[in-house]
Amino acid sequence: MKGWQRSDGRKGIRNTILVAYTVECAHHVCTKIVQDCADQDAQVIGFSGCFPSPYGQDMMAALCTHPNVGAVQLVSLGCENFRKTDLVRAIEATGRPVNLITIQDAGGTRAAIAAGNAWVRAQRKVLDALPTVPMSPSELVIGTICGGSDATSGLTGNPAAGRAFDRFVAEGATCIFEETGELIGCESVMATRAATPALKEELVSTVEKAARYYAAMGYGSFSQGNATGGLSTIEEKSLGAYAKSGDSKINGIVRPAEKPAAGGLYLLDVVPEGPPKFGFPNINDTAEIIELISCGAHAVIFVTGRGSVVGSAISPVLKVCANPQTYACMADDMDVNAGRILDGAATLDEVGDEIYQKLIALGAGGTTASEDLGHQEFVLTYKNTTRPEPGCHTAA
Amino acid sequence: MAETAKLLHLHARDNIAVLAQDTAAGAVAALGTAQFRIVADLSMGHKIAIHPIPAGADILKYGCPIGFAAQDIAAGEHVHLHNLTSRYTVIEDMEAAGT
Repeated sequence: MKGWQRSDGRKGIRNTILVAYTVECAHHVCTKIVQDCADQDAQVIGFSGCFPSPYGQDMMAALCTHPNVGAVQLVSLGCENFRKTDLVRAIEATGRPVNLITIQDAGGTRAAIAAGNAWVRAQRKVLDALPTVPMSPSELVIGTICGGSDATSGLTGNPAAGRAFDRFVAEGATCIFEETGELIGCESVMATRAATPALKEELVSTVEKAARYYAAMGYGSFSQGNATGGLSTIEEKSLGAYAKSGDSKINGIVRPAEKPAAGGLYLLDVVPEGPPKFGFPNINDTAEIIELISCGAHAVIFVTGRGSVVGSAISPVLKVCANPQTYACMADDMDVNAGRILDGAATLDEVGDEIYQKLIALGAGGTTASEDLGHQEFVLTYKNTTRPEPGCHTAA
Repeated sequence: MAETAKLLHLHARDNIAVLAQDTAAGAVAALGTAQFRIVADLSMGHKIAIHPIPAGADILKYGCPIGFAAQDIAAGEHVHLHNLTSRYTVIEDMEAAGT
């Protein structure tokens, strides 16, 4: 594997230029810049809201300084509340080239697009001239998610992804699994894998928080389709999703935009703090993928049964198709056919190994199906992740 | 000659196995030295008991409890909403309720 060395010690397996809006009003300009730079590996991300958001600010800083990112073109309208100067400083502190265009100062849409286009093209030349350095699997951060699940997800794709995770963890890499709302019913099983007694309690309380939050949202996490597919209880459904985490000991819990301290296995707690304020924790699979990437994920394993097609901005998404019928129907969108396990044509270990090898190949010139198809989905909404700090209340 | 059911036994501790394909009633299933007959038409992904499970015992899948047996379950019997109860949220079979 080879990667691009970043100043914080991390290495990137991509050298992408982000074209990022700091309010929805600047989104179109970013889209046009990237369309005009089709061969420049430039991608659009951004925060749509005009109202202040500490979470949105942290997420944008984490994403713009992600190891797969080489340079950032920021586009502001000019009057939004986003603290764009703070973001520029955060990016500059990592040594990455950053350029801020404010549409209201640049002379409007056409002038802003032209300026952004010129900057991206100039930066691409600089980035392409940068040398790569050797990279080992232990330096990888890998996330995992399942979506468009069916009865096969928990039988083939998820446990196979878990095998790949176990191998990465054994080699010193960092692996992140998620969706505490879909772990309800396996918290006590999961707690037995905690590295420390304190973490044991924290794992249980994190899932309990998710159960309370989803209950308040009126979210029913078990559908008739699940039962038709053979799932009988919420525990069973959760365990199927939980299988993605593999069998390694769990080293900690991370929050969106937070980098795991060291190698090992981590749970990403995506559920907001406090009573529901901005709606569902994550409105779709892409919001979760972006949060995994905000924690530094170089690549994300996406296990699907019914057949998701999404990729992502910033990091490649490796599609593991759990259902052989779905694979036959949508092979172009899939990287791994885990459904072979049901046909008896492959074992969990063999598919786990294929997932592992394909992730390693991403650092050696390999690409995913979703990258080849041009998928660069991105979603970032409002969320409250500020934890109440016990013992820090000031006396009146 | 009865068809042979393809089973996935996901964990050594499990008292259920999962059907790897759609299976007709009467199919014969074998797991290790145990042999039994599938008693209902079942789709891929559904569970059957691989030995008798007494009422109240944990149903184990992935080596972990997914609820408890609501009644005595015979080997080869379908394990689903009618005889498996969650220790968390009770799931109603909406299709059964509607008929």
